[in-house]
Amino acid sequence: MSINWFKYSSPQTFFPLAGRLALVFGALAVAACAVGLYLGFFVAPTDAQQGESYRIIFIHVPAAWMSMFLYVAMAFWAGIGLAFNTRLSGMMASAIAPTGALFTFIALWTGSLWGKPTWGTWWVWDARLTSELILLFLYFGFMALQAAIDDPRRADKAGALLALVGVVNIPIIYFSVKWWNTLHQGASVSLTKSPTMATTMLTAMLIMTFGFWFYGIAAVMLRARCIMLERERGSEWAAQYARAAA
Amino acid sequence: MIAALRCVIARDLLLAARRNSDVLTVVLFFVIVVSLFPLGIGPEPKLLRTVAPGVLWVAALLASMLALGRVFAADHADGTLEQMMLGATPLGLVVAAKVFAHWLVTGLPLVLISPVLALQFDLPQELFGVLVLSLALGTPVLSLIGAIGAALTLGLRGAGALLSLLVLPLYVPVLIIGAGAAESAASGLGGSAQLLLLGAMLIVAAAFAPWAAAAALRISVE
Repeated sequence: MSINWFKYSSPQTFFPLAGRLALVFGALAVAACAVGLYLGFFVAPTDAQQGESYRIIFIHVPAAWMSMFLYVAMAFWAGIGLAFNTRLSGMMASAIAPTGALFTFIALWTGSLWGKPTWGTWWVWDARLTSELILLFLYFGFMALQAAIDDPRRADKAGALLALVGVVNIPIIYFSVKWWNTLHQGASVSLTKSPTMATTMLTAMLIMTFGFWFYGIAAVMLRARCIMLERERGSEWAAQYARAAA
Repeated sequence: MIAALRCVIARDLLLAARRNSDVLTVVLFFVIVVSLFPLGIGPEPKLLRTVAPGVLWVAALLASMLALGRVFAADHADGTLEQMMLGATPLGLVVAAKVFAHWLVTGLPLVLISPVLALQFDLPQELFGVLVLSLALGTPVLSLIGAIGAALTLGLRGAGALLSLLVLPLYVPVLIIGAGAAESAASGLGGSAQLLLLGAMLIVAAAFAPWAAAAALRISVE
């Protein structure tokens, strides 16, 4: 049996699938965030050095991870769109950008809230903070460029190129801790060493990460549906959907 | 192919020489921005000595960004750019030649005048070499990265402000390392590590940025 890899590459077939995915992942996100927040805020032990204020990492770290991951995902769809000239890839990239920017903002904001009690300052010009701030600017630049171009095909391609150029920034963010050894603590979680945090904390953080991830998927699918409807408004299936929804 | 490159460079330099006020504007902008800093933060020599590399770098970065709009705009307006795209010479090479000419006209003057401005900031003279070298290695990177942004925003409304939004975040690593060179030399560590990194950035940017800018031009002009 041969698989039709391109079945969902057309907006018409992907539109209903995106709706179902948004529903499933939205429900999963609510469940995972509820469990993760409960574990993080009520079950995980108090940190010996940082007291209760460390608990913001259950939001901060997953948001920071997602902010970088979503940029890579955006660049991935951008690259696919440039290589195969598929319409849907560009729509996916534009749908991912606002969610990525949101997570970047959350990571910066919660990091600042954590920095005040721990480092005694809201903001330091540390390499990782700075890189995260640049990442936020990159998201803004991507969205501003797409907003400035009226022709959606050109907007997709120009944004795709910018995303691919900007993706150079992601490794700089990730390895900046090793390059410039400054105030920000080293990574607490790594694949090669056993983690230096209690197992409950790690579990809660991983569950929160999945919660944020599922939220990201659900939000992107919903936004992609809006973009699809808007761009394909002249087509038959979009008109049918609009009539059924009215 | 070499002849075509030489032709593009000579043409752009000639055009710049005929409209030399454009070149002077960029240099004057650089001088004025740098001169504004002591007025803003006070004439304390010790403070000025510390901030001098950073101020010169930020001003050079803004000045080179200000000039970016002109890399492709005139050729786009009169149709020359489309002829270049149709021509036999690979577009990436044409872009590289144009960026090089653009740097000679807008980047090199900043590098050459920077020691004079560093004197105003009472920067120790043994740091001039590192400062000039860092600007000489860094400003071409700015022009190369900026060319991608200039190509992407070609012909858009509000292109100037949009261009800064796209390009300034990508400039940040160059700024950090470039300004770090003179600061590191001032602290006695020597600036060679930063200069080597800048050199590496220049090589990578020179290899990839012209092709990315060429792809961006094809997207913008199609």
